[in-house]
Amino acid sequence: MKYTLTLAATLAASTALADTPVLTVYAGDYFTSEWGPGPIIETEFEKVCDCDLEWSTGDLLPRLLLEGTRTKADVVIGLTSDVTARARATELFAPHGQDNSALTLPIDWTDDTFLPFNYGHTAFIYNETLMDAPPASFDDLLALPDDVKIVIQDPRTSISGLALVLWVQAVYGDRSAEVWEALSDNILTVTKDWSASYGLFTDGEADMVLSYTTSPAYHMFAEEDFTKKAAIFPEGHYFMVETVAKIAGTDQPELADRFLAYVMSRDFQTIIPTANWSLPSALPQADWPEGWSELPLPEKVLFYSETEAADLQASAIETWRAALSQ
Amino acid sequence: MARSAQPVSATPGIVAATFIVAAVLAAFLAIGSRVEGTTGLRAAEWQAVRFTVAQAFFSALISVVPAVPVARALARRRVPGHALLVTLLGAPFILPVIVAVLGLLAIFGRNGWLNVGLGAVGLPEVSIYGAHGVVLAHVFFNMPLATRLILQGWQAIPAEQFRLIAQLGLPPSVVFRTVEWPMLRQVVPGAFALIFVICLTSFAVALTLGGGPRATTIELAIFQAFRFDFDLGRAAVLSLLQLAVAGGAALIALWVLPPLVVQRGQDRLPQRWDARGVGLRVLDAAWIAFAAGFLLLPLASVVIAGLGGLMDMPSVVWRSAWTSVWVAALSTGLLVALALPLTAWLAQVRHGGMESVTLLGLAASPLMLGTGWFILIFPFVNPASLALPITASVNALMALPFAVRILLPPMRQVMTDYGRLSAGLGLRGWPFWRIVLLPRLRPPLGFAAGLAAALSVGDLGVVALFADPDVATLPLQMYRLLGSYRTDAAAGAALLLLALALGMFWICDRWGRHRDPG
Repeated sequence: MKYTLTLAATLAASTALADTPVLTVYAGDYFTSEWGPGPIIETEFEKVCDCDLEWSTGDLLPRLLLEGTRTKADVVIGLTSDVTARARATELFAPHGQDNSALTLPIDWTDDTFLPFNYGHTAFIYNETLMDAPPASFDDLLALPDDVKIVIQDPRTSISGLALVLWVQAVYGDRSAEVWEALSDNILTVTKDWSASYGLFTDGEADMVLSYTTSPAYHMFAEEDFTKKAAIFPEGHYFMVETVAKIAGTDQPELADRFLAYVMSRDFQTIIPTANWSLPSALPQADWPEGWSELPLPEKVLFYSETEAADLQASAIETWRAALSQ
Repeated sequence: MARSAQPVSATPGIVAATFIVAAVLAAFLAIGSRVEGTTGLRAAEWQAVRFTVAQAFFSALISVVPAVPVARALARRRVPGHALLVTLLGAPFILPVIVAVLGLLAIFGRNGWLNVGLGAVGLPEVSIYGAHGVVLAHVFFNMPLATRLILQGWQAIPAEQFRLIAQLGLPPSVVFRTVEWPMLRQVVPGAFALIFVICLTSFAVALTLGGGPRATTIELAIFQAFRFDFDLGRAAVLSLLQLAVAGGAALIALWVLPPLVVQRGQDRLPQRWDARGVGLRVLDAAWIAFAAGFLLLPLASVVIAGLGGLMDMPSVVWRSAWTSVWVAALSTGLLVALALPLTAWLAQVRHGGMESVTLLGLAASPLMLGTGWFILIFPFVNPASLALPITASVNALMALPFAVRILLPPMRQVMTDYGRLSAGLGLRGWPFWRIVLLPRLRPPLGFAAGLAAALSVGDLGVVALFADPDVATLPLQMYRLLGSYRTDAAAGAALLLLALALGMFWICDRWGRHRDPG
């Protein structure tokens, strides 16, 4: 009798399992690691969706381009604004169907395909106990003595490096080449990705590192280290955003829509700051987790639309390369 | 060529070579099928080509030249902890790039021990950033490899020759000219070619220590074309260019290898009566001290940085370590299965140029191989479910040129010494492998397998391209930690990686050297 019951229960359970719809979400590699936002998003969404959220990680855009219409993704999360033009051209994506007016970004967002889920700004981070006179503006940065060393990322291999060359372009325009020449004495080195740069900074090899305005938050809230600061410049800071989008050919359109709605929900938005160390895209500042509102943020935000960025990108990178190659 | 004189069939080797060529060719054809027009190469890319070739040339040269006296010192001296030292000297080669760079910076960086020391005595700071930094890092990575390859050459010189020299009372200069120089002419060009190719494909080291875009390599341009511009055509053209440069260098270096000098001995360890002078002892001690200091100090800083982080490591890192171990085991098995028949075949080919086949995988850029194979398998299976076997295969291809370079000289030697005799006795095929070849190849085989295992443990490989989120290798996990501000835990993971790689290397190498004739 007992055996029959167990068997019946097992059967019922496996039927339930077979009926549970699966939502496949492509994400960047860091996203789903134990210390990324993926696991908590999965747990929380599965509580409300009656589904199984499956992550699939890798290089997002190259992978989508290789897979084309045969992609198994239902939703893609983590596409940055510099690749949305290329992603849009694949015609793989469907409108997100969410209300852009609910967004609380510092810029106006009108895209109906790519929905922002977090943002930040480029910024130079320093250790206030080691730096007596941090630069108070971009012009100050250019005037730093030669022995103050900065480490940046390569715009040809890193999204934050690309944001930096666009930042310089937005602040200085035609004078960018001079700016890079002025900075070249302070640039200790250029790394392939953000991690290597940040490692050089925390090891004390560099005085300042190109990172994000939200980087000090990690040190404050995870390490109780209040010495790392972002230098805020009145000329403005470049805006960086990550988006989520729905694949048009998905076999789970309703679930995909529910996931996009979940991204805009208060639950998701309050997870983002401490899980992703970035700012939530649709949550008024008053509702940010404790302490986050005190984070120094720029008053002026600079941003190129994807078409402007596409026009400027190649020449901005070449200006950078030519000036630093001398 | 009298085929009947050879006791080992060339067929399995030719099959292995065909397999390698096919695997690389398939990847390129797959990429070619997806090219949608390309912009061609720009001035910046030609500059990258020039820089790449120049830095690879100097890196290889400066790795190989000091390796000669270091290997000679290690060959004729028994220092305390000799075996451990030889094992540890292999360690830089297997370190993940970012770990090695941080280790080097702890010594040579702005706040490194060197500059602190210079500052203490009032000397100006030296900067590691620039072309010299790139070469320094490449020498750090590759001088140990060159040393091991050359040391192996020294150890292959029959003991009888040194005994004869001692009886005749010949001076060191004559020893060098008659015994050591012919050996070096055999070993050094191959080591040079191999290191040239490794440095050719370098990218993150060159950029970080090169100080900026001046130090752009072809591999970075491939990465940019693929990841940022998604211009598969340009990526493919660039990697073919890299392949051509690597292949050209390898062909030249291997073609100039002189024909083998026939040497016969009783497989005994040499006693070096010729090197007992005080001057030579001091000289050897100085070279060993130099190599140990240059290679071990950065390693020590990696260990010190990692100890604190070990406690911070999440448990998932240990699981990844286990994944990495079995990927390495798989990769090593595959490597041995490819390298042994291949080397047996190459040992029977008169000219060394064919050996460049083995460089295909290393020179073709792992990114391109991974992408090509992804395109091929995606229509049939979920690539993520094959991520680990593919990583193991790519790692085996990467390690193949090292294994062949290590195995080939002793294989040639054994074939020359015992081939005709064995064939005359009717000892062919498997019995010849079992009775003659394998026992004599055991030390280089252990070394080659150890290197392959360690390389596989330390390499990020292609797994990042299409990883399964639940199954990560240790290097991937370390990069994830680094990417989430967990610098301390990442340093702990790096230490674990170092221990694992060295451990696997040590086990294989130890197995190889087990049968030391007394």
